[in-house]
Amino acid sequence: MSMQESFAVILFESISHALRAEKIVKAAGISCKLIPVPRQLSSDCGVCLRFTKDVHERIETVLKGKIEVYDIHNL
Amino acid sequence: MDTLYLDNAATSFPKPEAMLTAMMVYQQNIGASPGRSGHGRSIEAGRSVYETREALARLFSIEDPLRIILTKNATEGLNIALQGGLQPGDHVITSGMEHNSVMRPLRFLETRGVKVTVVPCSNAGTLDPNDVRKALRANTKMVVLNHASNVTGTILPVEEVGLMLRNRGGVLFCVDAAQTAGALPMDVQKMHVDLLAFTGHKSLFGPQGTGGLYIREGLDQKISPLLMGGTGSRSEFERQPEFMPDRYESGTPNTIGLCGLRAGVEFILEQTVETIRQKEEELVSLFLNRLKEEENRVTVYGSRHAARQTAVVSFNIKGVSPSEAALYFEERYGILCRPGLQCAPAAHQTIGTFPQGTIRFSFGYFNTPQDVETAGKAIRSLLIDCE
Repeated sequence: MSMQESFAVILFESISHALRAEKIVKAAGISCKLIPVPRQLSSDCGVCLRFTKDVHERIETVLKGKIEVYDIHNL
Repeated sequence: MDTLYLDNAATSFPKPEAMLTAMMVYQQNIGASPGRSGHGRSIEAGRSVYETREALARLFSIEDPLRIILTKNATEGLNIALQGGLQPGDHVITSGMEHNSVMRPLRFLETRGVKVTVVPCSNAGTLDPNDVRKALRANTKMVVLNHASNVTGTILPVEEVGLMLRNRGGVLFCVDAAQTAGALPMDVQKMHVDLLAFTGHKSLFGPQGTGGLYIREGLDQKISPLLMGGTGSRSEFERQPEFMPDRYESGTPNTIGLCGLRAGVEFILEQTVETIRQKEEELVSLFLNRLKEEENRVTVYGSRHAARQTAVVSFNIKGVSPSEAALYFEERYGILCRPGLQCAPAAHQTIGTFPQGTIRFSFGYFNTPQDVETAGKAIRSLLIDCE
């Protein structure tokens, strides 16, 4: 889908980590959304944080030292 | 006849209205499994559970909410800490004022080769931190203490013991906060606590079936989980995840209960623990003064100082067994209290009331000075009827 081309996702260790990351990112004024982990990335049943690629660096900066990132993928 | 509920040390009653609302809202509007399926309502359920952790973290001054694992009560948290943290050959120290939630796992572990030292307390239920220091051995792995006794309400010097252990190093400090979480100001840094077990249904104003265990950073690899199973994470692996909190949280949690617990804790954060503590201290002070008027026939146990205890008062009436007295209080005055051993035979041996036990009146934030007056009147009336 061309719509998704500008998105990336961060995978976390668990839903709790993903929820904590979402709070931190939103508190920093950056928009993001929790979505189910796309099947091609993992067989895991959890969620991941989706955002547009242009805020990727900012997100990694605000999460640094607070939440461990499990994996990052472009969609 | 109206009832007067004075059994808050067993389970608090009533609860803040917001607790019931939160549980109803979850079931009506969310109702899904938290963090399992990735759809919107599953994420909402996960968020509710996460926000429960956040509220608890604020209340106990815990920096990272993910250091809190959610359990069904303090007993489960204590069992994870004790059974998960102690190996054959380890030495563990506890006090003579413990509940069976600590004593029974320790007596079980003793049969598996763990050495247990019970440091005696005074007959008022107080503990000298120096006695804990003297009991330390080279192989002491953990010290486990209640923050306040469920029998006498006596507050133990956990901050002093915590500091002493932290300075010494190498000994884990586990605190059973079943009677104090939500009732006394609590800061895991100031207490120098490594493991803090608490229950949701007493002073945290949550429903039964909720509780938790705080595990200080860096310790989780030293504490094995008791239960293993589905966590909604790392589903492709058949091995239990090692990260917090999933390492210790297998199976679908009590999401509806945890929604209630979050609302209970948020109520405490709004009221402030200091306000709650002040009110409970005033009620206990009033009641202790009332009992003093009957001191030739009523024996009060514990510190007998409102500032040194929680809102729990244990007493006995000369010539009347605790269960007879409790029946009288309920039938004549609608007072609901707890007679007997309160699941803490060790504490009763310490205060000299084993095996008959005591009558325990335990007050809560929603009790009033009028309730204390009714309690006093009931005791006076029993004394007159026994003459």
